[in-house]
Amino acid sequence: MSTTSPPLSARQIARRRRTAAWRRNWALFRGHRAGLVGLCILAVFVVVALAAPLLADGEGLKVTKATGGVLESPSGEFWLGTDESGRSVLTMLIWGTRISLLVGLLATAISMVIGTVVGLVAGFFEGWTSRLLYRLTEWFLVIPFLPLAIILAVVLGRSLLNIAIVIGVTSWPATALLIRSQTLSIKERPYLERARVLGAGRWHQMTRHVLPNVMPMVFANTTLTVAVAILSETTLSFLGLGDPGRVSWGSMLEGAFGVGAMTTGSWWYIVPPGICVVLVVLAFTLIGQALEEVFNPRLRER
Amino acid sequence: MDHLLELDGLSVSYRTADGPLPAVRGVDLVVDAGEVVGIAGESGCGKSTLASTVLRLQPKDAVVEGEVLVAGRDVLTMGWGDLRALRWAEASIVFQGALHSLNPVRRIETQIAEPIQLHEPGLSTAEVTARVGELLEQVGIPAARSRVYPHQLSGGQRQRVMIAMALACRPQLIVADEPTTALDVMVQAQILDLISGLVKDLGVGMLIISHDLSVLSDVCDRVAVMYAGRVVECGSAEQVFRAPAHPYAKALAQAFPRVGDPAARYAPAGLAGDPPDPHAPPPGCTFEPRCTLAVDACREAEPPLLDIGGRQSACIRVGAA
Amino acid sequence: MTTLAAAAGTEAAPEPAEASGPRRSFGRYLAGKVLGALGSLLFVLVVNFFLFRVLPGDPARSLTRGRVVSKEQMDAFREQYGLDQPLAQQFLTYLKNTAQGDLGVSIRYNVPVSELIVDRMWPTIALVGVSTLLATVIGVYLGMVSAWRRGGGFDRFSTGITLTLYSMPEWWLGLLLIAGLSVGFGPLPGIFPTGGLNSIDADPSSLSGMLDSAWHLTLPVITLTLAYLAEYSLIMRSSLLDELGENYLTTARAKGLRDVEVRRRHAVPNALLPTTTLAALNIGFVVSGAITIETIFSIPGLGLLSYEALSIPDYDVLQGTFLLASGAVIVANLVANLIYGVLDPRVRT
Repeated sequence: MSTTSPPLSARQIARRRRTAAWRRNWALFRGHRAGLVGLCILAVFVVVALAAPLLADGEGLKVTKATGGVLESPSGEFWLGTDESGRSVLTMLIWGTRISLLVGLLATAISMVIGTVVGLVAGFFEGWTSRLLYRLTEWFLVIPFLPLAIILAVVLGRSLLNIAIVIGVTSWPATALLIRSQTLSIKERPYLERARVLGAGRWHQMTRHVLPNVMPMVFANTTLTVAVAILSETTLSFLGLGDPGRVSWGSMLEGAFGVGAMTTGSWWYIVPPGICVVLVVLAFTLIGQALEEVFNPRLRER
Repeated sequence: MDHLLELDGLSVSYRTADGPLPAVRGVDLVVDAGEVVGIAGESGCGKSTLASTVLRLQPKDAVVEGEVLVAGRDVLTMGWGDLRALRWAEASIVFQGALHSLNPVRRIETQIAEPIQLHEPGLSTAEVTARVGELLEQVGIPAARSRVYPHQLSGGQRQRVMIAMALACRPQLIVADEPTTALDVMVQAQILDLISGLVKDLGVGMLIISHDLSVLSDVCDRVAVMYAGRVVECGSAEQVFRAPAHPYAKALAQAFPRVGDPAARYAPAGLAGDPPDPHAPPPGCTFEPRCTLAVDACREAEPPLLDIGGRQSACIRVGAA
Repeated sequence: MTTLAAAAGTEAAPEPAEASGPRRSFGRYLAGKVLGALGSLLFVLVVNFFLFRVLPGDPARSLTRGRVVSKEQMDAFREQYGLDQPLAQQFLTYLKNTAQGDLGVSIRYNVPVSELIVDRMWPTIALVGVSTLLATVIGVYLGMVSAWRRGGGFDRFSTGITLTLYSMPEWWLGLLLIAGLSVGFGPLPGIFPTGGLNSIDADPSSLSGMLDSAWHLTLPVITLTLAYLAEYSLIMRSSLLDELGENYLTTARAKGLRDVEVRRRHAVPNALLPTTTLAALNIGFVVSGAITIETIFSIPGLGLLSYEALSIPDYDVLQGTFLLASGAVIVANLVANLIYGVLDPRVRT
């Protein structure tokens, strides 16, 4: 506004506009109480995951170094009791946060990359490749997740990376369809037509116009996907398909189920990991829903 | 005798986080049988809110003051049972955007028959079907097409269905909210012909809402121009359109030049600026910031709607003259 | 009025054909959906075939993983499974066998997989069928009332509960219910059996045996119903909220309908349409629930069969159940799409 400031470069204008947009979106998000609650819950878990070595000795995860008795109930020494090998459930819970979050995020990243690329290409380009990609997505979409994940996990073998891959490659189709429909609608907008007339190449159109406009939806969708991915990790680990060398919430529950903790009344071995799963998944879901409302004006009006 | 519709000091404001947001401010208006009254104004001037209060259909967060009398009874205070009996039977509405105002997954015959069955439960199915057929023929749609769905009809046909539906219970009063918006010019003319024909034939009273003054001038006996929630000019259609007194009515009339009107070609068209922010209205006349003829006195007080030679206008210059 | 009728004719130019049009476009919709389902099915077959034969390198080695075998045994094994033939030939053989219902032989039980499946099918059908039915009815109802009273006490409570259920692994909920209601907690005695389909002394073919089975299935059904209904309720709530913003509901109110009638006649039926589609797309989670719930309640159905096959691993059984689950989901999806096509005239005509 002021006349003394030097003219802004295109890049500066773009950056200012982006900052303003973020500020506006943050203001909208802040008005969403459930989303804020989700963010707070998530923040706690992220801090626990990052500070795990400070909160509990990692040595406590080794069966050979276990100091407690078998399935001891909570005490001053073991706040959440012990498991069947005498390890502290609390220590496992704290370190399990890392694995559960890590696998969830890794799987989501894989799913997002595949989904976004497939969705963009299927929506932006015309011709048989994009049609085939669209069909492929539709076919993939109806394949039930768990059976597919099970056979993939059996074939690939049990490791942290593999379980992330399994979840990633089975959960991308919904994202791809969302991105495709967004891309299709953006493609019809006047500014893209103008860019085309001005001679913008496909790469330029895609990276400068389509992608930035699709990103908000991707962002909201990512958060919801993390929720599903963490839930999936827990279920796959529970079924014994997780990394046998690492403790996650799912593998703890597998152990608890294996020793029949629910029939012996060892609630401390079953309840805490499940509550952690519920809280984290709920947090991601609430944040995702809030983001959807922020980025989708149609939802906001309701 | 009671008027068909009488708005008496009607004010509507919406409850918002930033305090009440006035949409309609003190409107008085009368519609009699066989009369077509138009309300003109830009989007956001409160005309659709006003239309919705006639059947007490305003949103839940709206606060209404004043009186809305339909055939002498106050719609705003009557019991729910009386209100439901009055809705559509005594007054009906042709909503804007027929595509969204019709249920997309029901046949049009079902939708037209619905109010008939509701208000005249004694009728047999055959009688209802016959009435639906008549209604469709009356608006120029063959009765044989009664089993189609809204999406199978063109925009103009859908609007005809809306009109047929509005006539279903033979109401005395019809409110038409932007009945021709989103239709192309030829279809618009046909719908307007249809409406004025029906009013003449059936002797009903009609309140038409539109942003397009030329549409209103074609079919209306009287026209009221609204600005920022108030009526700023009111008179016969001819007066308001040909010789508007209020500067805003002038600008609005010029925005829709009639073909073959040489004066329109030379008059400055268009109006700079936006309607005032209802949260922070200007101190005096609400139109003053956009008015080319404004003087200091305009900023002091909001001019009242004054009678001048058989019509009304809310401008201090008109009052002085 | 006659002039008006004539005028109406002039604008009727883009009128959709009436007599043959609807049927033809519905035919196209139908054909598209059936072709799509066939595509999905073929896709599943390809995945099933290649995943086990191509991905892990030498299939003979991975099929015999964990067991010591001599070279002669390997060769014999290859020949037995037709692994010495070209891949395309193998695929065709696989397709032919699958079409004939030959899904291979279970290593663990040493019986054909198809027999195993037929044997284990009924508990799963009973469990999943009853739970889905209950969950649909309850979930849709909860979602409906929530949306109708958006922001009110009921909505907050119901949405809070459903979101929590949605965020919960259904088998964890099952474990809690076993601990609380079957085993008993503290002074409270357990009510339900902890698992299985029959009591040891019950004769499954007698009436009392059937009632005994039903009693054994009660807690699993409750668990699955709770797990499924969260999804349906959330979908219905958002569909109805979408619908409630629509103008045609104002029209319905203007006609003098009671709010209850507006809801029952217009809003709810219309909101059920997108709910059908979304529920069909999410039908895969029904299968996931069957696997985990049968596992924790030891119900001898297809889910438990897959779970048991995991640890061995019994490849033919895994492939067979995967194929069956996918096929069932694909068919269910197709049926849902066809129902949608019949219910929504915008698709049909």
